[in-house]
Amino acid sequence: MTDPLNALAAWFQTILLNWGLPENVVSVILAVIGVVILCVFVLLVDIFLVWIERKVVARFQDRLGPNRLGPFGLIQPIADVIKLLIKEDITPNGASRFVYNIPPIIALATVLLMWAVIPLAPTILGADINVGVLYIIAIGAISTLGILMAGWASNNKYALLGAFRTVAQMISYEIPMLISLLIPVLLASSMGLNDIITDQSVWNILIVPLAGGIFLLSSIAELGRAPFDLVEAESEIVAGFHIEYTGMKFGLFYAGELLHALTVGAIFAILFLGGWRGPGVNLPYVGPFLGIFYLFIKAFIVYYVTMWFKYSLPRLRIDHMLGFNWKFLTPLALVLLIVVAILDKVLANANVSITIYVLVMFAANILIGWAAISWAKVYTRREREHFDQKNNTNSFQTQLSEENSSAVQS
Amino acid sequence: MIPLSWYLVFAAALFCVGLFGVLARKNAIAVLMGIELMLNAVNINLVAFWRYLGPQDITGQVFTIMVFAVAAAEVSVGLALFISLYRRRGTISADEIDLMKW
Amino acid sequence: MTPEMLIFIIIATITLGAAFMVVSSRNLVHVALWLIVTLFGVALLFTLLSAGFLAIAQVVIYIGAIAILLIFAIMLTRRTKEDVKSTFNSNWRWALFIGFLFFTGLLVILMNWSGIAAAPPELDSRANPVVEIGLALVNPNGYLLVFELASVLLLAALVGSIFVAWDRRK
Repeated sequence: MTDPLNALAAWFQTILLNWGLPENVVSVILAVIGVVILCVFVLLVDIFLVWIERKVVARFQDRLGPNRLGPFGLIQPIADVIKLLIKEDITPNGASRFVYNIPPIIALATVLLMWAVIPLAPTILGADINVGVLYIIAIGAISTLGILMAGWASNNKYALLGAFRTVAQMISYEIPMLISLLIPVLLASSMGLNDIITDQSVWNILIVPLAGGIFLLSSIAELGRAPFDLVEAESEIVAGFHIEYTGMKFGLFYAGELLHALTVGAIFAILFLGGWRGPGVNLPYVGPFLGIFYLFIKAFIVYYVTMWFKYSLPRLRIDHMLGFNWKFLTPLALVLLIVVAILDKVLANANVSITIYVLVMFAANILIGWAAISWAKVYTRREREHFDQKNNTNSFQTQLSEENSSAVQS
Repeated sequence: MIPLSWYLVFAAALFCVGLFGVLARKNAIAVLMGIELMLNAVNINLVAFWRYLGPQDITGQVFTIMVFAVAAAEVSVGLALFISLYRRRGTISADEIDLMKW
Repeated sequence: MTPEMLIFIIIATITLGAAFMVVSSRNLVHVALWLIVTLFGVALLFTLLSAGFLAIAQVVIYIGAIAILLIFAIMLTRRTKEDVKSTFNSNWRWALFIGFLFFTGLLVILMNWSGIAAAPPELDSRANPVVEIGLALVNPNGYLLVFELASVLLLAALVGSIFVAWDRRK
């Protein structure tokens, strides 16, 4: 018996069969119980995420964060949930009722659906489909649809405008995300997430760091978090598409966004950081639990990096955001895909050792990244010069140094 | 086991509903949606025939993917045309766009 | 009545019902949402036909891209005054007649075909359709030409739609 959780499921199955239930009913019951346990686990982690978010943002901003309710403020998220539950449930005048109430459900449901294919341990997996990566993209597409419905159903022109911009941003950033997601698929020759993990004897972040970077940036843009959060910025578009949602409906949007951030962390961990790989996952009894522990540690580290981005960088403007995607990330991702594909085949045919393979791919990635960033520097400098020429402004900070030197002299 | 006839009759019904939508609706975008229904009916036909008459060949699925690509291309060009038309005429109702020049 | 048949009847009823709502709804955004239900129903039928990759590809391409594009176009081409006239144009009776004619014609052809009651053969459980599709698409004796033609078509559609929809007043 090497796997306690699967053994537990088998024992429960024999009990149900002994009660005389037919076989397919028993498998359906077990599946439903598995789904309920996974969803409860993930949603409990979601509540914990609210606390983490508030503590970390507080520390980034040099203050303490909630610390009055419970030790270290741990009861604070429960107080937040109670506050949201007792708020009045409003439907705005003129909003179509069905289309207005569905989007919060879609927002949280699509994130939970993604957890169906994430392998928590070598043998604990919701559904072992061989197109897991494509499934995650499909679910992301459905969540985009939910946002469009939310914006339209609110009968509010700011909400509609915010929804348009959000969807434009999301479908634009799906493309570099898809292409950089194809790179671990290329290296593992399979789209199934468990296959990608078992193929990573060396973590993919060491082989293709640039693909990891592109995937992280596009995922942060897909989430709608800063610095890409123009779509829900309070000072610009008054919270965008979820402006008319109050109480628990807004709570579902908020919880869905945080859980989506953690899910993106888990997917990044699976694709690039080796998933549940770590010392001791093949031990007989504690193996699966160690696997879950490693996956969540890696997911939380990536989530911390996401929060770091959010609380250190200012917001991007929508045309800068879209220009960054179409002019920089998409060509870079395509070039990287071609180079990785060619190098992979060349190195496999030349039968080199693992160390040389990792070093060559790493060097190629760094070279492409450095070339891309220098091109971007030259391009943006030229654009700024054109802008200055056309509008007769001086955007190159020489004004500031002139003022300083004149102040010193006088 | 589901007999093949069920899938084919369903696909025929979906195709005819799409055909009705194309021929009877005024708004041009609704006509485009009718075309999408017809393409989906064709896809179901292809995959049903693949599954029942020859799952060892992969031809059925490859052609379904081609139909996806064609549908995507057609929708994007069609909608670009509609948006351009809307800018000029202010309407995309097929009843009201009935003169070539005005 | 096996469970599979029951599931098929439920999915087929929902899909056909949503398709009827697509062609007869008055409000265009409702039509788009009913179209999404139809497309999802078709994806579920693909799963029932053991074509899992196609089901997910259908969700990604149709619901994730085409449906969103349709909703964008609907919102960009709305008139400020909703039309109170009927959603059907003047020859909807002819359209209904032709629809029924087609359907009965297809049914007659299908009933006279001998292979109609074929049972599905067993699938080879070791076969991986994703790998087979990939190999077929790049095989010169397979569908490489079709693949390249589809790529050229998509490129032409990309360039064409940008050019057609470009606002030249700026």
